Amino acid sequence: MLIIKNLKASVEDNEILKGINLEVKAGEIHAIMGPNGSGKSTLASVLAGKEDFTVTEGSVEFLGNDLLEMEPEERAREGIFLAFQYPVEIPGVSVTNFLKTAMNQIRQHRGHDPLDAVSFLKLMKEKMKLVEIDPSLISRALNEGFSGGEKKRNEIFQMAMLEPKLAILDETDSGLDIDALRIVANGVNKLKSSDNATIVVTHYQRLLDYIIPDYVHVLYNGQIVKSGTKELAMELEEKGYDWIKEIVSTPAV
Amino acid sequence: MQITSTPHTSGLKEAFLRHFEKLPRSSEAVQLIRQEAMNRFEQLGLPTSKNEEYRYTPISRALEKNFSADEATPAYLLSQESKETIRQQLPKNLPANILVFVNGQWIEDLSSIVTPSENLVIKPFSQALSENPDLIEAYFSRQADFRQDAFVALNTALAEEGLFVYVPLGKVVEEPILAYFITDTTQGKVMTQARNLYIAGENSQLTVVESFSSLGSLPAYQNVVTEVVLAQHATVHYQKLQTDGGQAYHTGTTQVLQTAQSLFNATTISLAGAMIRNNLNIALDAEHCEAHMYGLYALDRKTHVDNHTIVDHRQPNCFSNELYKGIMDDQSRGVFNGKIYVRPGAQKTNAFQSNKNILLTDEASVDTKPQLEIWADDVKCSHGATTGQIDPEQLFYLRTRGLSMKQARALLLKAFASDVIQHIKVEPLKEQIGQMIVTRLEKDM
Repeated sequence: MLIIKNLKASVEDNEILKGINLEVKAGEIHAIMGPNGSGKSTLASVLAGKEDFTVTEGSVEFLGNDLLEMEPEERAREGIFLAFQYPVEIPGVSVTNFLKTAMNQIRQHRGHDPLDAVSFLKLMKEKMKLVEIDPSLISRALNEGFSGGEKKRNEIFQMAMLEPKLAILDETDSGLDIDALRIVANGVNKLKSSDNATIVVTHYQRLLDYIIPDYVHVLYNGQIVKSGTKELAMELEEKGYDWIKEIVSTPAV
Repeated sequence: MQITSTPHTSGLKEAFLRHFEKLPRSSEAVQLIRQEAMNRFEQLGLPTSKNEEYRYTPISRALEKNFSADEATPAYLLSQESKETIRQQLPKNLPANILVFVNGQWIEDLSSIVTPSENLVIKPFSQALSENPDLIEAYFSRQADFRQDAFVALNTALAEEGLFVYVPLGKVVEEPILAYFITDTTQGKVMTQARNLYIAGENSQLTVVESFSSLGSLPAYQNVVTEVVLAQHATVHYQKLQTDGGQAYHTGTTQVLQTAQSLFNATTISLAGAMIRNNLNIALDAEHCEAHMYGLYALDRKTHVDNHTIVDHRQPNCFSNELYKGIMDDQSRGVFNGKIYVRPGAQKTNAFQSNKNILLTDEASVDTKPQLEIWADDVKCSHGATTGQIDPEQLFYLRTRGLSMKQARALLLKAFASDVIQHIKVEPLKEQIGQMIVTRLEKDM
């Protein structure tokens, strides 16, 4: 589904991603872990199409297409979804109103008719239940005055509505208490299928108790320095990121 | 551009003076005021850019460039064709009192009054002059001070027509008043003076919409003065909508006097025109008054809109709140000047002011200036002004959900504008204005 080859990206001449290689197949959950400043969020942003970053080298193929050539909205319509670490507040735009536009754009792109008001409402109710979101939230302005937990839940709700093929959760666990974390993780697990894939970007192993990854990658200084299975996350939690730094600084034999 | 070294080159001022001599005389009391106003206009002349109040808006130069003495003396007969065009633009099946003025003339055929006369006295100003002399003498030219402003002086001297409204004690007028001030330039350039007077009696309620637009493509100028008086406990919702064509020039003063426990809501929307200057002046003349001023200027091309507002807190315990927003495209220009006076003794005043602008191009510009003068010590006043671009983070967020750049921008700007538009009290007009803005945004991007 997603093939990243030697991806390098920088912001204002400062290279942040220094050659990422990663392949994600349908049905898989990948966790990307790493210390602060390792480039985790940059990778998520570059995949979503944020223009602040310049891709200097490498390629990203998504479902056979060149992802880097696409505008952010084209990526979304093709099936990429980024759950933001810090969802921006948008006063005056209601969740419902904006989601309807978003959803119909994506449906149109996939050759479906726009949803009528009744079906849309029905779908919203269904998905709200799935992610245990307070119905009053969706009539409010997008993220405005939402608590940290509400913002994250709203991201997962949007993900449930838009049914992406590849969801990228950027530190969705940060700022969540354990109950909220469980709800968010539950939502992600329920949405998992053999057709879609998820990339979970996180600093801590905690989230991975609830979302069980098939693969764990450790990102350090702009590169994936170690890959493994769930056990790697446990080991990382136990030994801390200093362990990774040691591995990296030890010269290869 | 024409550069003049002498203050007055065109004959507009002289033409106005000559026109005044030809006007039919009013009642003695009114005639006295008119003569005094004309004398004052003669002294003041059209304001030059040296006048601090008109520094950013060279309206006099624009008038002198675009109009000649001929237009100072209007002669006009509404054609059947124009009448039909106007008729089609008027709202249908709306329970509203509709009054149409074209080139300074009241057009009875196009007007309709639905509110029973015991609840509402509504008529063209010319009729009120003869039929309601007591109200005219008590209120005409009492609020809008022609000594201060040349355009108010000009209007006071020359205006023959406009809208007169009186709501008797305790009456709530459910049906809004929609007053259309239309310039028809299909027969030539037009200059008009409209004079409105709205008197809201004690404990009464009224909704008025002044709508300015034009037919034809030649330059048109409207100089308008509206005086509003609110008796105790009265509520007035006032809206001024400017959807004029690209050749429309406008100077307008809305002067409001509020007495105890009255509520005044003003919403001013400017979407098009060549050069527009709106003055909105509110005097809070008794305790526990409340005034809200909302403004939106969403401009493109070279449209220039200048909003000057004054809130005069004369008495304690009053509340005023002001929010003006601008969306500036192309080479459009916005000016906002908000004065708040808090007089000595006007303790416990709450006065808030905010002006927010979004510039869509490098060539658009806004000059914003808050002016707070506070002589009381126990008050809460705040003001703020921002000018910037659409937030790129918001745009990106929406695009990652599948919205195109165009849709995302339109959605954000519509949301930005909705803070103001939502205060339009007449639902179909609110929708119409909202739609006009969306259409504009989608077209331009």
